[in-house]
Amino acid sequence: MSDDAVKIPGALSGVGGWLDDRFHGARGVRVLMKKVFPDHWSFMLGEIALWSFVILLLTGTFLALFFVPSTTDIVYHGSYTKLNGIHMSEAYASTLRISFDIRGGLLIRQIHHWAANLFMVAICAHMLRVFFTGAYRKPREVNWLIGIVLFTLGMLEGLFGYSLPDDQLSGAGLRIFEGVLQGIPIVGTYLAYFLFGGAFPGSAIVPRMYIIHVLLIPGLILALISAHLFIMFHQKHTQMPLHGNTEKNVVGQPFWPYFMLKGQAWFFFIFGALVVLSTFAQINPVWLYGPYTPLAISSASQPDWYMGLLEGALRIMPAWEINFLGHTLSLSVLIPFAVPLGLIFTGAALWPFFEAWATGDKAEHHVNDRPRNAPVRTGIGVAAISFYGVLWAEGANDVFADKLQIPLYTITWIARFAVFLVPIGAYFVTKRICLGLQRKDAELLTHGVEIGVIRQLPHGEFIEEARRLTDEEHAVVASKRIPAALPGPGKLDPNGIPEPAGRGPVGWARGVANRAFTESIVPDGHGNGHGEHNGHAVADGEHAAITGGDSGDHHG
Amino acid sequence: MGYRVSSIIARRRHPAAGYAAIAGGLVLAGALYGALAGGPASAAPGQSSASPANGRSLFIQSCATCHGINAQGTSQAPSLIGAGAAAVDFQMSTGRMPAKEPGAENTRKPVTFSPQQIADIAAWIQSLGGGPTIPDATQVSTSGADTALGEELFSTNCAQCHNAGGSGGALTYGKSAPSLVASTPTQIYEAMVTGPEAMPVFGDGTITPDEKRAIIAYITQTRTEANPGGFSLGRTGTVTEGIVAWLAGLGFLVLIAMWLTAKRKDMRIGGEGS
Repeated sequence: MSDDAVKIPGALSGVGGWLDDRFHGARGVRVLMKKVFPDHWSFMLGEIALWSFVILLLTGTFLALFFVPSTTDIVYHGSYTKLNGIHMSEAYASTLRISFDIRGGLLIRQIHHWAANLFMVAICAHMLRVFFTGAYRKPREVNWLIGIVLFTLGMLEGLFGYSLPDDQLSGAGLRIFEGVLQGIPIVGTYLAYFLFGGAFPGSAIVPRMYIIHVLLIPGLILALISAHLFIMFHQKHTQMPLHGNTEKNVVGQPFWPYFMLKGQAWFFFIFGALVVLSTFAQINPVWLYGPYTPLAISSASQPDWYMGLLEGALRIMPAWEINFLGHTLSLSVLIPFAVPLGLIFTGAALWPFFEAWATGDKAEHHVNDRPRNAPVRTGIGVAAISFYGVLWAEGANDVFADKLQIPLYTITWIARFAVFLVPIGAYFVTKRICLGLQRKDAELLTHGVEIGVIRQLPHGEFIEEARRLTDEEHAVVASKRIPAALPGPGKLDPNGIPEPAGRGPVGWARGVANRAFTESIVPDGHGNGHGEHNGHAVADGEHAAITGGDSGDHHG
Repeated sequence: MGYRVSSIIARRRHPAAGYAAIAGGLVLAGALYGALAGGPASAAPGQSSASPANGRSLFIQSCATCHGINAQGTSQAPSLIGAGAAAVDFQMSTGRMPAKEPGAENTRKPVTFSPQQIADIAAWIQSLGGGPTIPDATQVSTSGADTALGEELFSTNCAQCHNAGGSGGALTYGKSAPSLVASTPTQIYEAMVTGPEAMPVFGDGTITPDEKRAIIAYITQTRTEANPGGFSLGRTGTVTEGIVAWLAGLGFLVLIAMWLTAKRKDMRIGGEGS
């Protein structure tokens, strides 16, 4: 974009000039306004989380004006007459008041809750996009780690948020949370007593969760989101492997006016979608659950979706425990709490470094991968999704049993096997699909696109007509970069000595991983194809000049 | 008219045409099913002038195969001596009996006997060995009942199986606690005093007659009250909420994101011109 493209309205430039005389910020603002952002629908998923968070802050502030974070026992007399005369905490009573007596209160409460769900949905979708396109690679590893921390904080924030109303469902969730804390070896009992200020449920937990929910965690999330955005801004956003996009440039639209207006529109779309959803779809009807009492529990007590993984892990776990020297190690709680989430979060955090180690790839990457062109990564990603999905579904096993008429224990046993087998199967199936798609790409590169015309040559041979890929198509299809092969496991150099990189068990492991990462379908070269017959506009020379590099020789 | 038809034909290869055709077909099939499928049968418990003799002959025709010719029970089904009229009325007025097929449990299905026939059989079973009787109208009346008491009793005694919203829930080994949406006050009362299937018996010593009325009042009020927050999503809690957040929330926004970032076709194929 030339400078002429950035037009600043007069009113704005007047104010800007005044400010610049005092703060000398024009140069920085100019850089900001000219900053180019690439455009792709999947680049807007993280922004859903950002704007959901803004909406959460706005609606949360409204709710905080009326919510009473106290477990003081009162007798309810309010608009929801069905519960008149029941003892309940002030927290629950004020939630009923927000829902039935405060003008617009129920709508705001529902927007807040739907926005929380959408916040976590968007983080999840955004992380999956970043993972599957390899956007976490150097130099963006730190932002990937920040994202994982944000996801964890979001889970905790949600847990404390939906526990605040002190209804029957949230109390059941808190009881499990207390049990999980107690399951931590050695310090568990102390931790639970510290957090709850004594035995469950006590009266300290609601005000404590409140301050954590409205101040501590939102502050951390806000700080980390700022860091996340600044780092993204500084490192520039990745771009898709399209025609003209290289590792050295950023192709897109400048911040002002395009991206800024688009971001504004996006905020309003998200807010609008949440308001429509909250108007028409009831969420967390605490008045149906009733006030919390430790004596009661409802069937189909599930946490919000982002905690479903933990719930499912708890539900498939056999009741194992070890008693040792007067101490009880509750494996039936500790393993479901620590292992699945630990696998996913630790695995996700280490993955960028593992991939760089296994591929020996130390280069910077600003152009994303197509998922098919990184079969190991894509396979691992789908395996992780299926692992998560099995546990997630198991968290709702009683709802599935009831609605789908499948015996409860049957579902549990299926999940116990599926949680191990499905991810393994998913990895190999996904990898084969990726390689199959690569084979298709190789055919497109060498053979071209079939256009549905069959021609008979004078000597009787039938050939199918194909056209060359357009430059745009070619840039996408030919974007594959195969990692360099490292020495195979146990491979010897000409002197009969193992390669330095391949020595020892670590070197062997690296060789094995590297072999998986470098498995790829390469165009075979001989299929120069019938493309030249159909007179496509792009000349070969031009074509080769644009694609260059590794695949140009297949088109000469 | 001819112009319109040709415009439809012209668009039949549009990328969205296949989806539109499938969506239209689904809507049509759903509408047809809704129109053709009958509504559920309903039955009211019979109260007047039951004939035990007639009940016995009906029993021999329809029930004796499993329960035995004198209701003494067989290896297939339990003895009904002492089961009482309330048990018969509950099982038959909800369609659970006669059983359709052996399974984990018998579920609610269309009623095959008339209220009078059910009352006759109930009277005969009652005559064999007593047992809980069918409640009269005052015992199941909800007027003046304390719904707040009902909530406390329901949440501590019923919700763990039937769900806080009364929408039912799964039990072990293929059994389930049914939804209470279709249960009449009489049936709820009978279920409490007879403990059908996996349900415990809540006798008058456990839950007093007044408390039973409070529970019935709570159930009937809860299921009929409006959902102030919009569609109830089945009152199944967070599972459907999560599905809605992903499919409706994210699904819709992804479509919008695709629209916001869409490039004009003639711009995208820059090299060739348009």
